[in-house]
Amino acid sequence: MATAVMNRLDPRSRAAARGWSDLTIRNVFIIPTIVFLIVFNIFPLIYSLGYSFTDFSAASNEPVQFVGLQNYRDLLTDENIWSNFVITAKYVIVSVAGQMLVGFGLALLLNRSFAFKGLVTTLLLLPMMMSAAVVGLFWRLLYSPSWGPINYIFGLGDFAWLSDPDTALYAVAITDIWMWAPFVMLLSLAGLSAVPKHLYEAAAIDRAGSWYTFTRITLPLVSPLLMIALIFRTMEAFKTFDIAYIMSTQPTTELISIRLYKQAFQQWDTGKSCALAYIVLIMVLAITNMYVKYLNRAKER
Amino acid sequence: MANVRLDKVTKQFGAHTAVRDLSLDIADGEFFVLLGPTGAGKTTILRLIAGLDKPTAGRIVLGGEDMSDWTVAQRDVALVFQYYSLYPRYTVRQNLEFPLKSKVHSYSRAEIDERIERASKILRISHLLERKTDRLSGGEMQRVAIGRAIVREPRVFLMDEPLSNLDAKLREALRAELKDLQMKLGGTFLFVTHDQIEAMSMGDKVGVLNDGQIAQVGTPQEIYNRPRDTFVATFVGSPAMNLVPGDLAGGKVTAIDGKLVVPVNGHAGSAQAGGVTLGFRSEDIRVGPDEATEAVVHDVENHGVEQIVTLRIGGHLVKATVPANVPVTVESKVRFGVDAAKVHCFDAKTGVNLTAG
Ligand SMILES: Nc1ncnc2c1ncn2[C@@H]1O[C@H](COP(=O)(O)OP(=O)(O)OP(=O)(O)O)[C@@H](O)[C@H]1O
Ligand SMILES: [Mg+2]
Repeated sequence: MATAVMNRLDPRSRAAARGWSDLTIRNVFIIPTIVFLIVFNIFPLIYSLGYSFTDFSAASNEPVQFVGLQNYRDLLTDENIWSNFVITAKYVIVSVAGQMLVGFGLALLLNRSFAFKGLVTTLLLLPMMMSAAVVGLFWRLLYSPSWGPINYIFGLGDFAWLSDPDTALYAVAITDIWMWAPFVMLLSLAGLSAVPKHLYEAAAIDRAGSWYTFTRITLPLVSPLLMIALIFRTMEAFKTFDIAYIMSTQPTTELISIRLYKQAFQQWDTGKSCALAYIVLIMVLAITNMYVKYLNRAKER
Repeated sequence: MANVRLDKVTKQFGAHTAVRDLSLDIADGEFFVLLGPTGAGKTTILRLIAGLDKPTAGRIVLGGEDMSDWTVAQRDVALVFQYYSLYPRYTVRQNLEFPLKSKVHSYSRAEIDERIERASKILRISHLLERKTDRLSGGEMQRVAIGRAIVREPRVFLMDEPLSNLDAKLREALRAELKDLQMKLGGTFLFVTHDQIEAMSMGDKVGVLNDGQIAQVGTPQEIYNRPRDTFVATFVGSPAMNLVPGDLAGGKVTAIDGKLVVPVNGHAGSAQAGGVTLGFRSEDIRVGPDEATEAVVHDVENHGVEQIVTLRIGGHLVKATVPANVPVTVESKVRFGVDAAKVHCFDAKTGVNLTAG
């Protein structure tokens, strides 16, 4: 089928002179990618599924025993794991909601012409391009109780954002919002600039107020792109590891992926970690699936 | 309802002047048709009145009030966009509802439904009310766009070629309906078209627009019978008025190498002798054996009850309307004459009509 749509190689090209056919060239490009995918993605995925039914530990030489669904049973009845899930859920909700609000708000502000618009947009996109490790360290400095600028600006004295168990998670979420709101902004801007100007003109003629115009015209047309931003950010937030791990050591910030890391590389409970990884994967898939269904409905309307 | 006055309005887009120093008076309750070829500035004028664009110079007065600083919503005009601008994702009903839901009205549900029903009946779209607008044909979309205007009671109705996408029969029906609606509401209508038949049949008054300037304003009869210049003369009427170069001397115009001699009346009779352009409409030509000028039939177009015959005299082509029962064959010789009372005499340089004055 692929060969049917492919253009034939130009007989005068250098490749043809070397005696290559168009099929050879296709394979040269595609096979490395496929091999890469199989070795680094598909194989570990299947291999870890196998491990998740065993008591394998990467740190010991004991013979591996098949334990059936025992790992899954243990995990799903473990109270601590549930508290990790609750923390993760809180984190996802706060940080994704924050990103959507801030990102869409910024996009609305930017969706008009003003001086240095391009420059301002680029600057706003910078956080997204930084490494999470850098961002985490940098915000730890910002949050620093004794001399961090945040406490200084808001006059909070020596409030310890990251070592207070009640605020640590939200402090991390704020950092995540800072870092990823630009992503939502970028997608929203694309959506907003795709709303035809003449619709706003028609609404003005029809004497619609600005709120009515926003909810009836802007929002429905931007919503598919907002939905895509939401899917991406939810998946990513669910899997957050780096900034939370770097910024705080509080048990209240132990996201599921941090828990997973500890289980796998501190307790060396490899089989059980594989099972946990699978539980997380299934949850992310389920949430994404729900969103995608909703997205398709929004697009159909 | 209100009257509209444009006072020396100019609109420039960069270096291009779309509307030039244009003044226009539209009386309260008048059906005014703005007629002009494509690119003449018709849409620009409507957008200026609606407030979607700001004039470069001049004032727009609505109901006696200068509207220069008013927002679009404050002006309270209805505009049928040339390209419809329907709200996507909504049904026809929701589109028609949209202007009625504005806070400034606070209509009751029953009243909204009644208005929608009335408008959709006039426009023959009652069966489409629950359909999404992106599943409509062009002509259906166009009628929904009209509907969004006529559910309201604005101060002025502005319509930008609202019937351009309809078939001949529906167009005729809607012309009558719109005219009827205007009588009932007593509304001020500014109706834009490039179709001169539409302009003639609908307008209380017609303004002919040429390159951003008003060429002539008048009743359809005035425009047709006394065109102010050659642009109006050729733009209005189908087939276009015949124009041939001639010489004016002693109250007579001699044209086509002396083969056509017509006495002219009115101001032209006393005008200075010299080069002129002689104009006469196809229906003012008589064809018969006793007429003065000989011509060859160049082409025949059959239009049912009548035929448009193109006559060749020397190097000139002239169109004549002949009843269908008169036999004419291509390349045969015929004789024709021109109704002297109906000829127009235009200045050869400026194109201004010397006959009408
Ligand atoms: N936004 C704009 N920027 C630059 N030029 C414009 C703009 N809008 C209109 N023009 C120009 O102004 C002139 C008048 O345009 P307008 O749309 O008013 O014509 P029109 O009479 O409505 O023509 P049509 O019958 O084709 O709709 C045209 O030459 C057009 O190119
Ligand atoms: Mg136009």
